[in-house]
Amino acid sequence: MTHEMIMSGFGGQGIMLMGQLMTYAGMIEEKNVSWIPSYGPEMRGGTAYCSVIVSDEPIGAPMVSEPNIVVAMNLPSLHKFEPVIHPGGALIINSSLIDQEAKRTDIKIFKIPANDIADELGNAKVTNMVVLGAIVAATSCIELESVLKAFTKMFAKKPALLEINEKALRRGAEYIQKNC
Amino acid sequence: MAEKVLMKGNEAIGEAAIVAGCRHYFGYPITPQTELTEYMSRRMPKVDGVFLQAESEVAAINMVYGAAGAGARVMTSSSSPGISLKQEGISYIAGAELPCVIVNMMRGGPGLGSIQPAQGDYFQATKGGGHGDYHNIVLAPNSVQELVDITVLSFDLADQYRNPVMILGDGALGQMMEPAEFHSSNTGLVKKPWAAAGMRGRGKPNIINSLYLQPEALEQHNIHLQRKYALIKENEIRYEEIKTEDAELVLVAYGITSRIARSAMERARAEGMKVGMFRPISLWPFPEQQLAKSAENASALLTLELSAGQMIEDVRLSVGNIKPVHFYGRTGGMMPSPQEIYQEIVNIMNGKGGK
Repeated sequence: MTHEMIMSGFGGQGIMLMGQLMTYAGMIEEKNVSWIPSYGPEMRGGTAYCSVIVSDEPIGAPMVSEPNIVVAMNLPSLHKFEPVIHPGGALIINSSLIDQEAKRTDIKIFKIPANDIADELGNAKVTNMVVLGAIVAATSCIELESVLKAFTKMFAKKPALLEINEKALRRGAEYIQKNC
Repeated sequence: MAEKVLMKGNEAIGEAAIVAGCRHYFGYPITPQTELTEYMSRRMPKVDGVFLQAESEVAAINMVYGAAGAGARVMTSSSSPGISLKQEGISYIAGAELPCVIVNMMRGGPGLGSIQPAQGDYFQATKGGGHGDYHNIVLAPNSVQELVDITVLSFDLADQYRNPVMILGDGALGQMMEPAEFHSSNTGLVKKPWAAAGMRGRGKPNIINSLYLQPEALEQHNIHLQRKYALIKENEIRYEEIKTEDAELVLVAYGITSRIARSAMERARAEGMKVGMFRPISLWPFPEQQLAKSAENASALLTLELSAGQMIEDVRLSVGNIKPVHFYGRTGGMMPSPQEIYQEIVNIMNGKGGK
């Protein structure tokens, strides 16, 4: 099984970290993993994205061009990546910031008001964790517990951050389970 | 450190250098390799090493010259335009037969070019770069783990042959994250009785120099260098073959391009096309005979590069004019998708493609 993902949004939404946590979690599950950012002179307010691959097979190209999972955190991301999703793939839309509907009918679409949920939790910074929980619930590409282990490892020096981030992760997953 | 860690390629090179016993790093920041310089600035003080951000690339390579002459395991890194600046120093280091490791995470060129991945420095790396008859050993990894292993190996080879070793990567390899494990080298630190590090009771001082004013003496020095290069050619060829046994078409690619080529190859195999891949890991010495043998039963080759066609010259020299060597490349920092390469494969297999 190979999951090829693109996570996209604008700078500051924690896209790169979200991708790294997914990659780390895949590594904890002893899968083959890779992460590569779109780096370079990106336009402010435009899209910044990363490619993540979690696979049982050896990974060839780390740059994802035909994703089966796309996360769109803002409207330009939806426009850019909805057309390239592999048929049967999953599209996760941050409906707090995107008020347009997706057009494709041959993919699974999950909408989650991630910013609103993060605000309810009292910390706008955990929006990316809400979305990460949503990806895991929507696609079962990895276990939620592996993401938590990855978080604990990556933030070993800041254990106080775990509680709010775990809460956000679980809320994101629950939202998908209840509403989609 | 046996546990797997998730690291960026650039940072992995830095950690691997430290594992290999490198305690001197001189550099100057440039995208897309700055994470390596940054990593060294953080790590070197913790292992009692020297990190120095030089005033320029030219200064950095000459600091490498000095440290290598004093017997240190030393490294510098940059990206394409910065590596061009270092060429004079690299020629001097090769002439003075000093061991060092030089990392080039290539970006689009020529000139200042772009900051995206490219492979346009192949000629510069493998055919000289600086002046005079010399060769760097040039190694081209294609994953974060291989960046680690090859960095460790590079320090060993540099010491063994008293020769600069260049690690030729690219922006994508530097920026991507993959799991890596670190193992120290088997050979470890070697004695360097030739180093200019004090008299140590000897009667005659060690002199580090690349100047030979007598032409007879310089010719003798060149003959000696060429003998060394012949020895390296004999012993240090590295490559990987994938599914070449029954391949009708053999893809030839190195570095990040070999990863994309591999995806395209798997796609073609799934469609029943007999496609294999040959990946040179040592670009100098180039695995000429090994490639020729690998492609013996193939009817054509397809060279893939992030350049307008540079390695293809070595591919043609290896297999001769017996069979067609096709080429597909992107430049300027553009990356082909696996689908793009797959389409090239289909065209060639259907007899429509190439030159």
